Amino acid sequence: MNAWIEKQRHLIDFTLASLARRRTKNLGLLLVYTLLVFVLASVALYTHALRQEAAQILKRSPEIVLQRMVAGRHDLIPPGYLERIGRIRGVQTIEGRLWGYYYDPVVKANYTFMAPTAEAVQPGTLVVGPAVARSRGLAPGNTISFRAYSGKLFAFTVAGVLPHASELVSADLVLMSEADFRAFFEYPAGHHTDIALSVANPLEVRTVAAKLAAALPDSRPILREEVLRTYASVFDWREGIVLALLSAAIFAFAILAWEKASGLSAEEKREIGILKAIGWETGDVIKMKLWEGGLISLTAFLVGFIAAYVQVFRFGAPLFEPVLKGWAVLYPRFELVPSIDGLQVATLFFFTVFPYMAAVLVPIWRAAITDPDAAMRS
Amino acid sequence: MKPRPSSLAFVALGLAAAGFAATFLDAAWLRDHGARQLAERGALAARLGLTDLALFTEARYTRHPSQADLHSAFQDHPVALEHFPTGSLLPPPASLVSHHERLDRKTASPD
Repeated sequence: MNAWIEKQRHLIDFTLASLARRRTKNLGLLLVYTLLVFVLASVALYTHALRQEAAQILKRSPEIVLQRMVAGRHDLIPPGYLERIGRIRGVQTIEGRLWGYYYDPVVKANYTFMAPTAEAVQPGTLVVGPAVARSRGLAPGNTISFRAYSGKLFAFTVAGVLPHASELVSADLVLMSEADFRAFFEYPAGHHTDIALSVANPLEVRTVAAKLAAALPDSRPILREEVLRTYASVFDWREGIVLALLSAAIFAFAILAWEKASGLSAEEKREIGILKAIGWETGDVIKMKLWEGGLISLTAFLVGFIAAYVQVFRFGAPLFEPVLKGWAVLYPRFELVPSIDGLQVATLFFFTVFPYMAAVLVPIWRAAITDPDAAMRS
Repeated sequence: MKPRPSSLAFVALGLAAAGFAATFLDAAWLRDHGARQLAERGALAARLGLTDLALFTEARYTRHPSQADLHSAFQDHPVALEHFPTGSLLPPPASLVSHHERLDRKTASPD
């Protein structure tokens, strides 16, 4: 065993000395290789964490949201719908929701106005999201006025700012009392924006949705699992776009690596010829080259992955954030909770390390089985 | 005595492997550390019945993509060009890239 280890160590010594002779070329290759792993790992880590975050948060969103459609557009829920839904078996809780959008010309941004039923907001006051507070310079106790779509001016006192930790879902929220909401948007009495439902048995959600659609043909039930899939597909799509943009760089590297690994230079061929002439076996030459490929690709993978992790989770992914997260005037500031998918890392390892090792192996085997005399003369 | 190149290589690779393992430990630590904030976000979503992330606030169909009209990309008028960068980065309608089951058809709701 010791003799085997010693032999491998000698092979590695020789490989490193051989790499050092072509230092600039090999360091350049290592740098480009590391950068490629860094970019791919950054995109994979970032989108996976964002997908997980969305799934974790939205798994507590309403089980079914029921919208009413008029001429293909989302319309208000008229009085009577809540009672009709209440008669459907399996429905546990029903809540008419009040929410809408308001365009604030001061900061040229859209807010989401909402009258929560679970949280009591005093009439004449607002609880604002952190990004709204930041963009309008608001603090509890300040007064702010909005011109309603009817043209009337409404003044409110800021009662509180939602916590920064919740910014990912609450950046643009403006919470107000039901009376204020109805007065501000001139909502007719008894009307709601949509209806949130919870179902007693989670296995019956689809059945209840089908019953809802049958009982109220002008309604559109949106299930929680559809919401979760929407976000999974948004981030999958964005990851795909970034990878498509990077594909040119990936192909360029593939060509460079293939060229470097598969096309042996005359110097390398001569080296192999000399090694064989002085008694090296074909197996030794292949082992030496395998070590070369292994050392380069493993170093590139490990360093690239570590750099990607630090970039994404310790520095907030400044390189890919704009494309992967999107943008808006009111942008939430949040720190992603790291989530590393072992399978994703293993896939990255497989597709970055193994192709290079394979590219190294084929030509070296071809060169190693040729006659040393012919190899040295060529 | 000068160390052998292979010893240096093993030390360097060992350090890199330790760094690699440390990323998983760091992720676990950050996850523990951020668990309270994540729970807070989830609790707010549950309390207010929120359905979407506040990532793209420029239009209603980007602020609440899960609640938007089914064909909202060209909603202003037929063949209207998309105004917002987010819109151009959102995936096309499911009918064009049908990866998932058509739940809306199953629930027999009007589109």
